[in-house]
Amino acid sequence: MRYLPLVLANLGRHKRRTFLTAVSVALALFLFASLRTVVTTIAAGAQFGSARRLVVTNATGIVFPLPIAYAGRLRTLPGVQAVSWANWFGGRYGDGKRFFATFAVDPASYLAMYPEIQLPPDQREAFLRERTSAIVGKRLLDVFGWRLGQDVTIQGTIFGGDWTFTIRGVYTPSDRVINDDMLIFRHDYFDERIQRAGIVGWYILQIDTPDNAAGIAKLVDDQFRNSSAATKTGTEQAFNASFATMWGNVSLLMNTIGMAVVFAILLVTANAMMMSARERTGEVAVLKTIGFSDRRLFGLVMLEAGVITLAGAVLGLGGAKLLYRATNFNGAGFLPGFDVSGPTLALGGVIALLLMLASGVVPAVRAARLPVVQALRHVE
Amino acid sequence: MTAGQLAAWRARHIGFVFQQLNLLPVLTAYQNVELPLLLTRLSKPQREERVRVALGVVGLDDRIHHYPRQLSGGQEQRVAIARAIVADPTLILLDEPTGQLDAKSSQEVLALLRRLNGEFGKTIVIVTHDAHAAEQAKTVLHLEKGVLIERAAAVGS
Repeated sequence: MRYLPLVLANLGRHKRRTFLTAVSVALALFLFASLRTVVTTIAAGAQFGSARRLVVTNATGIVFPLPIAYAGRLRTLPGVQAVSWANWFGGRYGDGKRFFATFAVDPASYLAMYPEIQLPPDQREAFLRERTSAIVGKRLLDVFGWRLGQDVTIQGTIFGGDWTFTIRGVYTPSDRVINDDMLIFRHDYFDERIQRAGIVGWYILQIDTPDNAAGIAKLVDDQFRNSSAATKTGTEQAFNASFATMWGNVSLLMNTIGMAVVFAILLVTANAMMMSARERTGEVAVLKTIGFSDRRLFGLVMLEAGVITLAGAVLGLGGAKLLYRATNFNGAGFLPGFDVSGPTLALGGVIALLLMLASGVVPAVRAARLPVVQALRHVE
Repeated sequence: MTAGQLAAWRARHIGFVFQQLNLLPVLTAYQNVELPLLLTRLSKPQREERVRVALGVVGLDDRIHHYPRQLSGGQEQRVAIARAIVADPTLILLDEPTGQLDAKSSQEVLALLRRLNGEFGKTIVIVTHDAHAAEQAKTVLHLEKGVLIERAAAVGS
């Protein structure tokens, strides 16, 4: 601690350079934390899902519907305890700039199958009772300034026209990974508006035990193999993971960009540190002459690098953690549960440490190894 | 002796005053003088006491929080001397201590060196081209092109 004033005084020599160096470290770590959190959030979303829920989609692809008539046959299959269904509804509100997910679901069976979607009992009753009602996530309610009981009109992009719903419930997810940015309305209303086409996007099956998942999935697909719409059945986790794969190899891209940014900043920081140390060769000579040992000078230069990277780490990593939490960021619904995790912060800390070593070691060794007599030539 | 042992020996026994003074511009007079004491085991209050005494000896009690750029050449020289004596070394080495000073400041510095020698018993070695400064010495050695060519009689005693 006795050397800290000396170190701080040295850092204050070129305040703007020190500030910019610390900010560049902060920016690198902020970007690293952000990009890694995108990757971990996508991964967490892909892993979410109950082992007791299977999802049945059209074998041709998720954009192709299934007949609603399958529900009755699915209920009769051994091991299937409950059946629900949902349909993606591309909708937009207002100017359409703010994206959110909209689903039509079978209300009673869907809410029973998803206890993660928590709804006050009276609001649940209202949703089950009223055909044109909808429930929305708390975040969505706040974003648009809606309130309970309000009629909102959504423009359908896949199923055209204006669709007016009365908000009868506001749900809060029990798990951060679940999107709280959705509007969910009733499938029977949806079916009525589309002239009773009798289609659903996918079925969700509640099964008796996860051990039977593979067997039941095969049973379902065999059942509809020769129908007009063959099915593809898998666990809910696999279904969510398939959405994650829609991001492509984004994880690799994010990691690569993150590391490239950190490396670029490392070079800038190391250059600034070395420049700063080189400018002070004369002062190193003075300190050596009055008795500062090689080891002590090495430590002083490393301490300078440490203070800069620590300041950058606190600013970058702490800033990322607080900013995303304070703004409740979720990537417009694409990244529910977006939060800079402890392991990401720890990894960021390790990178800061490496940054300190990489940027500090060269000038520190140079300062320590400088022979006193040679160094004094810079002085006199 | 290893480099580390030599450094420790220098810190304990020798006080340096450079020709260009070489005060660290980012440190105040107090912090510059405190530098050699950072290498000792003295506590902060003990260091503070020693720094104040050293700056008092050179007559800069009222300039302790000034930066080198805020001091005159003579005052800077005295801070450099305070830095050289603060750790109570046996030997003080000065390179052209009056070389860049006006006559008045030179007189003040030489008077201070006489006092350090007389009152505090410090051995002082000065390298100088200033005949007036040399006259103050008890022993004068002439160096020409790095060769000792003459041992003159003590003139200052």
